[in-house]
Amino acid sequence: MKSRWLLAALPLLVLAVLLGYFAVSLLAGGDKVLPSTLIDRPVPPTDLPALRAGEAALTDAEIRALAAQGPLLVNVFASWCVPCRAEHPFLMDLKKQGVTILALNQRDKPENAKAFLAALGDPFARIGMDSNGTASIEWGVYGVPETFVIDRAGKIRYRHVGAIDAEVLDKTLRPLLKSLGS
Amino acid sequence: MIRRLALALVLLAGPLAALGPDEILADPALEARARALSRELRCLVCQSESIDDSNADLARDLRLLVRRRLLAGDSDAAVLAYIHERYGDFVLMRPPVTDRTALLWFGPFGLLAGVGGLLLIHARRKTKTPVAPVPLTAAEREQLRQLEKDA
Repeated sequence: MKSRWLLAALPLLVLAVLLGYFAVSLLAGGDKVLPSTLIDRPVPPTDLPALRAGEAALTDAEIRALAAQGPLLVNVFASWCVPCRAEHPFLMDLKKQGVTILALNQRDKPENAKAFLAALGDPFARIGMDSNGTASIEWGVYGVPETFVIDRAGKIRYRHVGAIDAEVLDKTLRPLLKSLGS
Repeated sequence: MIRRLALALVLLAGPLAALGPDEILADPALEARARALSRELRCLVCQSESIDDSNADLARDLRLLVRRRLLAGDSDAAVLAYIHERYGDFVLMRPPVTDRTALLWFGPFGLLAGVGGLLLIHARRKTKTPVAPVPLTAAEREQLRQLEKDA
């Protein structure tokens, strides 16, 4: 008799467990940001032609050399990317404070990228054209914009997926850059 | 009639891959390997489709990358390892067994075994109280003897 009771309660029990599981993942895992596999690893092989005429190519060696002078940001952007416009003022702000920002210009037409920067301002010390997205794959980029923080040793210390906003800037990027000796 | 036939054909074709005609490799054997690998890789933008099914730019780039690596002579495992190294476990449609994914892999079997076990116990209990055969009465025995004799 007791086992029949148990049997009747079983579907309810299973339902309760499933509901609990979904509730926990819904409430806890707010953002769906995937972790980067590159954290604490050297910048991946990169070799991109410069967007601006007369500038050297953006290579991993170049990035390491620039990072040796102080921690820097590598920002993946495109003129067609709407959140890139939203985060742009914050990049300008960082540049004004002396932070070096490099750029991978992903899947963009050079003239569009140039028009974007001419209209909004150019916060980038170097811009490499990743016209077919190959370098972005090397960096494990899955959405634009993404921003990487590179330390003096040329290692990736942090990745931010999505647009930088005031909160990310104040709570994460500035303290991190400071702790890395900006 | 022709329209109906066309509709039937479209329905029969099932879900089409997002693969563009310009992506297909000339070598059919290599192309088949590329398609198989594409189905093993998750599109990171849409997150519930393989790159074989997805129309996202990144999925297309990854499909092209898979083909480039195959043309360069990489084994299937090497191609998967290359992409896994850059995008992590999430990019694999069949994530590797680690302590974080163990529940995902073995949970359903555990659940099935648990429920099956309970059902079995339940069924056993029901059949475990067999009815003892009641001995025939004298009249019945006599009746049986008569029947056997007549036969």
